[in-house]
Amino acid sequence: MFELLGVPPQALFGQVLLGLINGSFYAILSLGLAVIFGLLNIINFTHGAQYMMGAFVAWMCLNYLGLNYWAALLLAPIIVGATGIAVERLLLKRIAHLDHLYGLLLTFGLALIIQGLFRNQYGSSGLPYAIPPQLAGGKNLGFMFLPNYRAWVIVASLVVCLSTWFLIEKTRLGAYLRAATENPTLTQAFGINVPLLVTLTYGFGVALAAFAGVLAAPIYSVNPNMGGDLIIVVFAVVVIGGMGSIMGAIVTGFSLGLVEGLTKVFYPEGAATVIFVIMVLVLLVKPAGLFGRPA
Amino acid sequence: MTDLASTDAPAAIVTETDDGAARLHRNLFIAIAVALVIAPFVAYPVFVMKVLCFALFALAFNLLLGYGGLLSFGHAAYFGMASYVSAYTAKNWGLTPELAILLGTAVGAALGLVFGALAIRRQGIYFAMITLALAQMVFFFSLQTPGFTGGEDGIQAVPRGKLLGLIDLADDRVLYWLVAAIFMGGLLLIYRVIHSPFGQVCKAIRDNEPRAISLGYRASQYKLMVFVLSATLAGLAGATKAIVFQLASLTDVYWTMSGEVVLMTLVGGLGTVFGPIVGAIVIVAMQNYLATLGAWVTVVQGVIFVLCVLLFREGIVGVISKAIRKPL
Amino acid sequence: MKLKMFLAASALAAVMASPALAQQISVKAGVLNDRSGLYADLSGEGSVIAARMAVEDFKAADKGIKVEIVSADHQNKPDVGSTIARQWYDQDGVDLILDVPTSSVALAVSQITKEKNKVHINSGAATSDLTGKACNANTIHWTYDTYALAQGTGGAMVKAGGDTWFFLTADYAFGHALERDTAAVVTKAGGKVLGAVRTPFPGTDFSSFLLQAQASKAKVIGLANAGGDTINSIKQAGEFGIVAGGQKLAGLLVFLTDVHSLGLQAAQGLVLTESFYWDTNEGTRAWSDRFSKLNGGKRPTMVQAGVYSGMLHYLKAVEAAKSKDAAAVVAKMKELPTDDPLFGKGSVRADGRKMHDMYLFEVKKPSESKGPWDYYKQVAVLPADQAFRPLSESECPLVKK
Repeated sequence: MFELLGVPPQALFGQVLLGLINGSFYAILSLGLAVIFGLLNIINFTHGAQYMMGAFVAWMCLNYLGLNYWAALLLAPIIVGATGIAVERLLLKRIAHLDHLYGLLLTFGLALIIQGLFRNQYGSSGLPYAIPPQLAGGKNLGFMFLPNYRAWVIVASLVVCLSTWFLIEKTRLGAYLRAATENPTLTQAFGINVPLLVTLTYGFGVALAAFAGVLAAPIYSVNPNMGGDLIIVVFAVVVIGGMGSIMGAIVTGFSLGLVEGLTKVFYPEGAATVIFVIMVLVLLVKPAGLFGRPA
Repeated sequence: MTDLASTDAPAAIVTETDDGAARLHRNLFIAIAVALVIAPFVAYPVFVMKVLCFALFALAFNLLLGYGGLLSFGHAAYFGMASYVSAYTAKNWGLTPELAILLGTAVGAALGLVFGALAIRRQGIYFAMITLALAQMVFFFSLQTPGFTGGEDGIQAVPRGKLLGLIDLADDRVLYWLVAAIFMGGLLLIYRVIHSPFGQVCKAIRDNEPRAISLGYRASQYKLMVFVLSATLAGLAGATKAIVFQLASLTDVYWTMSGEVVLMTLVGGLGTVFGPIVGAIVIVAMQNYLATLGAWVTVVQGVIFVLCVLLFREGIVGVISKAIRKPL
Repeated sequence: MKLKMFLAASALAAVMASPALAQQISVKAGVLNDRSGLYADLSGEGSVIAARMAVEDFKAADKGIKVEIVSADHQNKPDVGSTIARQWYDQDGVDLILDVPTSSVALAVSQITKEKNKVHINSGAATSDLTGKACNANTIHWTYDTYALAQGTGGAMVKAGGDTWFFLTADYAFGHALERDTAAVVTKAGGKVLGAVRTPFPGTDFSSFLLQAQASKAKVIGLANAGGDTINSIKQAGEFGIVAGGQKLAGLLVFLTDVHSLGLQAAQGLVLTESFYWDTNEGTRAWSDRFSKLNGGKRPTMVQAGVYSGMLHYLKAVEAAKSKDAAAVVAKMKELPTDDPLFGKGSVRADGRKMHDMYLFEVKKPSESKGPWDYYKQVAVLPADQAFRPLSESECPLVKK
């Protein structure tokens, strides 16, 4: 039995798998950010709060409406996505022609408002949300105990990420979207309703965040601050992947989860910082990120 | 990103050589000096000192963004590290306050030189992200060296000491004059820099970098210099703050601090000389007086930021400047 | 001149109107805690309610003591907390500051309290330094501290057969202190520490660390963390079948509100130490019923109970000293025995440590619970003299010879 730096290979394999699962969340969240940034040119700081809303809507569905996890998985993205559409129409639209910075600031303010309101209503220590009974328990894979729910997380996120990629890169709707990203005025001239496309895109990006929130509810603490610190890490993921790059966001999300997972084994204290180290290195070597086109 | 300041800064409305503006600025400086003298008798001195420290921090940040066109998302690093160094040396080496502040400032400058040299190689959002990432590493360093930074407890009970070994600063009213002098010095220095040939070149680079380069200016050297200057002044603000509050803590190096200084500058008016001061007053006052509101604080803050972006994009001073058609 | 006369006359009238005391004392108490962050539920507005209840129960007005209570949010930041404390003492005439969770803020406030010669009764913070090397004559640490938590959970678990430990330690000074103190207790009681892992703070995903803990085969996994970290690690421990696999989870700093937020399904079997639980006896139940009516149905945490008890004792001391002078009041607080329905009889030690029993609880299974907030069953009682650090080991300059 050989060991790598004192860690048996089985344990290492388990950690890699766990890292990938955590990467799922990064992937879905950074995908949403990337889609929004691509078309709206807005760095959506509210993303963390919208992820949190997804988890809370799941909780509300269960406690107020008696709807289970599966219903919430479908409903929460729709509901939160609808609020996103409202935000775009009422607020973001007004500052669309301005610099990134204003979008960032506006969405940051919104995040503060949303988090504050939830905190007033539900307190700060969080709410219980159980794993759906169909996915309770786990399997012993020999090298590790894999909870069924984690397996589901990785499958669900892969499906969502790949379908999004397919939607944008391979369908007609996606083609409109890419055209509007490239040159909105010209696209409009071809008779495509770009403002509507922008609104729907924002709603979709937000829905992705909410979806991640519902996925997270059974395993992470459901509290108003759950998205606050995550958002900075997800930014880093998007930047490393290349701003606006769909595939970049997905691949980088999963791989950074993996890197972070390995760091947790060899240098646990540094796990929260390793992503930023990578970001600096990548930006110095590849200025537009790993998958971005040079400006 | 880089054309941000040029599109929104009211400085572009009128030419810099406006005589009326120069006179107005001189009167404003006199007004600020008078306000500084009166302030400790009207308001709570510690509160005024806090405002002054943050105003200096925001001024330093505005120098970089408003006049250099560089959006740094990691200014907490210089502010916080200087604050640690100043607190540590005053407490453990027994340095006099002025030496501790100077040493803190020097460390801020050195850090600015290293980080700046790395960051200015990239532009726009990537520049912002590199500064953020570097600042996160400083945060990590601070967390991992509790022997130096005191971990999350911070460096507490820092002695205010005696200025030049003579004047005891324990009394708030005595310390106030030192802080006011540092602030005024920083403000005058920044004003001087902005209106110097160096400042003009920086603005030229901000507005159109390729053109400035084609005119023979080494853009990256100018950018680095303005970056280091900004980091140094941010360090000065942080080092002073550590002596005023007798405390240096992780809050000072966390990314939210970098965000706060962006907010102060924007609320006050980006690319205006006096805007950051007003922004700092507004934000610090808000944090102070809203503290009793409890959980509603964040909601109120959020509403203010949203309103600012929707209605007062030029910031408070920017709006005034537009109204009187003079750069402020 | 006329106005002054009028004021003097009305002040005189006010004094005359309260026949119980010749002299009216007015006290201003500030409740400084987290009202928007991680600890808002376990302290927050509930602590303010508790302080008001103490004033009411003491019948302060009848005894000629006028009490005003103010409150503020320190956002768990030492700089924010110390600014507010300074302003309260310098400007607003606050005489005592209560609660102050978060050790870093508590240490800063305690320092300022000493400087300004006021009184600080801490309920929310954990660090035992407040009555250790950072102690001072103006600070009293009321409810619990890291030493007592380690004694309670560490000592009792080893006695119950949990003699091998693995720690999940939040990577900051507070987590390290908690781990160090508990490890010392475990080793002293004959147990063994198999390993520890430092987790970035604050963290969301602990699965990787839990896997390492699982692989260590330790009988007990000690959670040297707090708040969201604790909740996340317990939630995920359940997911990875750690408790079901025979390992025990020991929460080194867990509050009732944390258990409430986890739900019994996830928290069952968790062992923890607290100094107060609402369902302990008739007195605690009656008080908690009143409290929860005022606090939107939420039961009190030990921190909120500590604010009540501390405020009550302070008022007793003011009455006895017939003054609100800090030195006189603190001297009286240390001289008079404490007695209230929540913590029973106790005392305040020379180093500022409030002495009372601590309790070791285990979280009930969902089937054992009779309803919301019925969460704990008592496992053991730790007498005060065993729970808290003996004066002979103290680093406090007040008691060192």
